[in-house]
Amino acid sequence: MSSSTEAATQTSWYKRNEIAVTPWLFLVPGVAFFLLYVIYPIFSSINVSFYDWDGLGEASWVGLGNYEELYWDDAFYTSLRNNLIWLVLYLLAIPAGLFIALFLNQTVTGIRLYKSLFFFPFVISQVVVGLVFTWFYDPSFGLLNQFLGVFGIDPVNVLGDERFVTYGIIAAGLWPQTAYCMILYLTGLNAVDPEQIEAARLDGAKGWRMLWHIIVPQLKPATFIAFVVTIIGALRSFDLISIMTNGGPFGESRVLSFYMFEVALSEYGFRMGYGASIAVVLFMIMLCFIAYFLYSMYQDDKGGR
Amino acid sequence: MVLKSKSILATLATTVALTTGAFAGSHAKLSGDLVIFSDMSNPAPRAVMEGMVERFGAMHPDLNIELTVIDREAYKTQIRNFLTANTPDVANWYAANRMKPYVDAGLFEDISDVWEDPAMADLASTKGAMTLDGKQWGVPYTYYQWGVYYRKDIYEELGLNEPANFDEMKSNCQTIIDSGRACYTIGTKFLWTAGGWFDYLNMRTNGYDYHAKLTGGEIAWTDDGVKATFANWRELIDMGAFIDNHTAYSWQESLPFIVSGDAAAILKGNFAVPPLREAGLDDSKLDFYQFPAITEGVALAEDAPTDTFHIPSGAKNKDAAKAFLKFVVSADNQTLINNGDNLGQLPVNAKSSVDNDKFLQEGFTMLSSNSPGGVAQFFDRDAPAEMAKVAMEGFQEFMVKPDNLDKILDRLDRSAKRIYK
Repeated sequence: MSSSTEAATQTSWYKRNEIAVTPWLFLVPGVAFFLLYVIYPIFSSINVSFYDWDGLGEASWVGLGNYEELYWDDAFYTSLRNNLIWLVLYLLAIPAGLFIALFLNQTVTGIRLYKSLFFFPFVISQVVVGLVFTWFYDPSFGLLNQFLGVFGIDPVNVLGDERFVTYGIIAAGLWPQTAYCMILYLTGLNAVDPEQIEAARLDGAKGWRMLWHIIVPQLKPATFIAFVVTIIGALRSFDLISIMTNGGPFGESRVLSFYMFEVALSEYGFRMGYGASIAVVLFMIMLCFIAYFLYSMYQDDKGGR
Repeated sequence: MVLKSKSILATLATTVALTTGAFAGSHAKLSGDLVIFSDMSNPAPRAVMEGMVERFGAMHPDLNIELTVIDREAYKTQIRNFLTANTPDVANWYAANRMKPYVDAGLFEDISDVWEDPAMADLASTKGAMTLDGKQWGVPYTYYQWGVYYRKDIYEELGLNEPANFDEMKSNCQTIIDSGRACYTIGTKFLWTAGGWFDYLNMRTNGYDYHAKLTGGEIAWTDDGVKATFANWRELIDMGAFIDNHTAYSWQESLPFIVSGDAAAILKGNFAVPPLREAGLDDSKLDFYQFPAITEGVALAEDAPTDTFHIPSGAKNKDAAKAFLKFVVSADNQTLINNGDNLGQLPVNAKSSVDNDKFLQEGFTMLSSNSPGGVAQFFDRDAPAEMAKVAMEGFQEFMVKPDNLDKILDRLDRSAKRIYK
């Protein structure tokens, strides 16, 4: 008898709290996977970074040894410097995307075709982008140097010269990233209020002033998203580097994520602890941005939009 | 019908067993499963691997052989996983230092007993490369020579001969440069090609023992001997011996320069011959010479990387695995799999015969009678993986910016102190 009343109270407890509990029940699988595949690996990486481990044998505790080695490691600073260059230059995708979007935001016959053509680079795989640009840059047969040759300029070995290599890869990365920002702005432009434009026009605003004071403020949500994806994209740049230069020449095009892969998982690597310590540094850098994004989203929410 | 074909197979097996000779006595009856993981994923090696499994299966009809062929590059990372979980009975890998991590972690089986078989004496040339801690950890099935492949027609046009020493090499090179070509094509994008040049220059300048000690961590990278090697290398770099922009190319991408005649030669393993032939360089245009002597009195030593089979320590059917390894190294099998229609490389077994191919013949003669200094594996197999990576990156940097040599050597020395501790 007591068991049946207990069952009754249990069902009624669920009934009473259904609205509060059900969302959490739906969230359980997602949260579980998030904990298992995101949160746990973060702490696990931090833990591994304190060990010297080749992934096979016994791991031996080295404390902050890996970080101390990072401090003396030239290759680490090269990667860090390149990461910063990536961060800054990759942001060019945002204004570039904006201007292409403005240019394409017209009603002309066949504009859909032009839009798709501009969006095309984002659809194709980064590996293909990397290969295409590798051929483009080829110092002997590549299109770039054929073109420069017309003006009598000597061939430039973009991917084989440590001065140009990072910029060369970023240029390749900007191609699809600009397309991505463009599509974000195109959707944003659909939401621009025509009445405000009308009003601005009556007040005599034109050209740059119209763009800067009327259009761009209304595109703020699109800009925010473009900013987020571009920053994250710049920090996790990996595939283009792997395809186009493999980190070379002599490691000058590495970024942190690629360097981590090299020391931990590539053919000559397998220093799991050292790789993990690089990953932790990269995570800390990302954390600054993520914290900023979360903070600004929270502020926006509080602002009651 | 089934029975009949089985008995045919059995007769076939016995004939094969009898002709295999030396190992015939050791054929016990094998049964159960034999799981083989292989990295021989290119079309020709794949057919070779499948052929070996088929013939071994015919000798042991009760044995159920499962062969898994994995892409060669992917294999290099996957091996770490499958040696610890889901272990096969036989796996491909490479000799020397490249197997050390797995030997140290206890993942490869000690097969010294297989090497005690008197017939293994025919494989003595590679026993050293298979030995770590005084024990043997695998068996070789193929290797190939390295050397200078050059455009015979260009040499004839310029009236040049195969160089016998470094001075001739340089004077040849000067003539080639004066004719508007580069002496050597090379693509250093993936670094290891520069390792080949270092191997040869160092072995010719300082000798095999010095080279072995350097890659083994017993000699500092700031040693005068190493500097002498780089000084020789620098002479070639300064005269413009190598093609421009080599950092942008893989070795395959560097081949068009020799095919078009913009470069006259390439230092490479024998695997460069098939693509060069396919590109139209027949035997009247392509020839081979041994890397010439540099320091007088230093015995010539060669690079000849060896590919191998191993038994993981977690293997379930070790008897069958050992029988398979013995089958792989047998003289007949090695003759067959290394001929021009199959791998097109050199058999390790001294009793095997070498295919009647110009380059294989020359390479075999060179390795068996003209490398008194010894046979090295290759830079990235003789040195520990980590050291190889840092060093080959340094070689690449040196080839572009020879003035950075002191900085590079200091860096290598620092890394060496950590890696070899």
